[in-house]
Amino acid sequence: MKGPTPDSFRANAEHALQDATLQHALGRAQSGFVAKRAHAIAMVDDFEQLKQRAQAAKSRALANLAPLLEQFEASVVASGGQVHWASTTGELNQQVIDICNGVGAHRIIKGKSMIGEEAGLNAAMEHAGFELVESDLGEYIIQLAQEPPSHIIAPAIHKTRQQVAELFKQFHELGDRGLTQISDLVNEARQVLRSAFLTADVGITGANLLIAENGSICIVTNEGNGDLSASLPAVHIVVASIEKVVATMDDASDILEVLARSATGQHMSAYTSFFNGPKREADAGGPKQFHIVLLDNGRSDLLGGPFESILSCIKCGACLNHCPVYTNVGGHAYGWVYPGPMGSVLTPLLQGLKATTPLPNASTFCGRCEAVCPMGIPLPQMLRTLREQQHDMALDNLPWRAGLGFYSWLSLHPRLFNRFARWIRMGLKITPRWLWPRHRQAVQPQGTTTFLAQWQHRKTKT
Amino acid sequence: MQDSTPNKTKSDKAAPRVALYVTCLVNTLRPQIGFACVQLIERLGFRVEVPATQTCCGQPGYNGGLRQQAMAIARQQIALLEPFDHVVVPSGSCAGMMINHYPELLKQDLSWLQRSQALAGKTLELAQFLDQHHWQPDSPPPPHHRRTWAHHTSCSCRRETRSHQCAESMLQLAGYELAELQDQAVCCGFGGSFAAKFDALSSRMGRNKLNQVADCKATGVVSADLGCLLHLESLAGMTGLSGLAEKGTQDFLHVAELLAACQEPQQSSSDVPTS
Ligand code: SF4
Repeated sequence: MKGPTPDSFRANAEHALQDATLQHALGRAQSGFVAKRAHAIAMVDDFEQLKQRAQAAKSRALANLAPLLEQFEASVVASGGQVHWASTTGELNQQVIDICNGVGAHRIIKGKSMIGEEAGLNAAMEHAGFELVESDLGEYIIQLAQEPPSHIIAPAIHKTRQQVAELFKQFHELGDRGLTQISDLVNEARQVLRSAFLTADVGITGANLLIAENGSICIVTNEGNGDLSASLPAVHIVVASIEKVVATMDDASDILEVLARSATGQHMSAYTSFFNGPKREADAGGPKQFHIVLLDNGRSDLLGGPFESILSCIKCGACLNHCPVYTNVGGHAYGWVYPGPMGSVLTPLLQGLKATTPLPNASTFCGRCEAVCPMGIPLPQMLRTLREQQHDMALDNLPWRAGLGFYSWLSLHPRLFNRFARWIRMGLKITPRWLWPRHRQAVQPQGTTTFLAQWQHRKTKT
Repeated sequence: MQDSTPNKTKSDKAAPRVALYVTCLVNTLRPQIGFACVQLIERLGFRVEVPATQTCCGQPGYNGGLRQQAMAIARQQIALLEPFDHVVVPSGSCAGMMINHYPELLKQDLSWLQRSQALAGKTLELAQFLDQHHWQPDSPPPPHHRRTWAHHTSCSCRRETRSHQCAESMLQLAGYELAELQDQAVCCGFGGSFAAKFDALSSRMGRNKLNQVADCKATGVVSADLGCLLHLESLAGMTGLSGLAEKGTQDFLHVAELLAACQEPQQSSSDVPTS
């Protein structure tokens, strides 16, 4: 199945703008996120201070990434777990498959994981013959629909209730159960997932945070599915990227303070769970084996460079929800798993600038993403830096390159610049209508000539 | 090198010198906004000068990835503008470029960094300048401007110069009725070359904005950034939304135009012979 790619962003976006069902789904969802976040932030005395603390925790972690990862590994091993390192997504998939094969697993239950999406883990596991079920409702829906997520925290946000009901009708034995209410849909999914939980041999989850001091991992969800995926099966595999590590539980809690508020407008997600190693003698439950597969996939190359701080992204989704581009076209237009402003930065960095040239350009630089980002990531400046790199690599489109080059050159030559401005005025006046985009009215210059020419003229007259 | 227009104002020679940086859009397409700015600033007792070799702030190249060229333009504009006491720019976008991005562009070179910071320290977006110097209207809005206006706070006034409230309070001070436009913090979709590169998307964003203008029952749009205004105007004409447009009146105006309309008609300073 060949879906939209980052390179076809423009066409993807135009397609999305014409898709009435998608527009309907997007319209309703986004305003909710924005209002809830605003409310949650108004409820705290000093959100700026919370942001500062979260950012400080993360920058400390990034400054000491290698030693923290070693400390994390030692802590995990001390609590009876195992750590595996993957430098590419292919390695990650293979390691997960090897672990599953090692325990003779067949059925897998999975919690939501963006790293799993980045790696294409589901497809790899299904290809290797495993039966894998997503336990997050949104992920489950897009698994049925065979689509990538369209939002980093709400993967099926592009689907209307009717579309979800259709999917369930297609894939479930419904009998005469109706699916008119949202609660019907949730119950329906719950029924199916319950048996998947109970029969799964391995549970795979992502992690929101890795804590170096004690080897714990933290997962936040609103459905509790992560907890069940992690604790019911005999083997728990965590897939996470290296920059998720922080030094201490205190640092983790500083980040949690801003995460849910920025994401869903809750002060805390419904479930914030910490997992530490396999089941101990005294524990009531838990897995017999606890594995963590840590993915680099080019991230360590970003350290110390102009894009380092994108590694402090906590995947809250606020920049998506507030982005005028994302909210109009949805996530699939971006052509890969990370959409919106953070995706337009991350996708080129992870997939290369060449196959992703439209993404850094698909921004008006309105700056709202940076304004709402709890981690203070300068997303517009990063997009601009990516444009500079595109320019240096001659990846920008030729007419634009020439046009902007010419205008910049003119800007250094005032006399010519002003003559050119007068020509533009003339040009606009005589441009035939059909040369303008159909849906736009031609912009007409006003007054007799340019401001500078009028000013000069009055000066010489007097 | 610069050939500043000589002092032609009524204000005395000792008055602080303001350089008006009109921006390339105003210069080329809406020269009357430049004259409105001159009127407004002179009223506050400043000597307004228009450095004749001003061009463009460099933003198109800068945002298009042409960093080296943008640096050269920045240096040239700094050299041109630094002799003045104040620099006033009728655009949050271009003012923001000078205030926030020139120092970023020139950060590698200490002496240019300092010069860019000095310029940033005396550069203000027009409404911000008027607000700081307590501009006062002489008369209520003229009849042809008496209607409900939607104030489109450009993203650059909101997040670059942080001056969108200045325009709002100046407009209210002048007696304009401002509608309650929803989602004011949302971009109108202009974004310079973005509008051309992603025309369909940019138009959708613009039409969303115009729909909200219609929803709040405004019959005109005022903004401190001409780029946004032209973008919206070009879309309004074709959407049939423009129930806004009454023949012979203008529905998309710059803050400077509305404010200058509330100043006593006076002989334009530039017609006054040099003293
Ligand atoms: S870039 Fe910032 S706002 Fe966007 S998802 Fe990451 S942390 Fe959240």
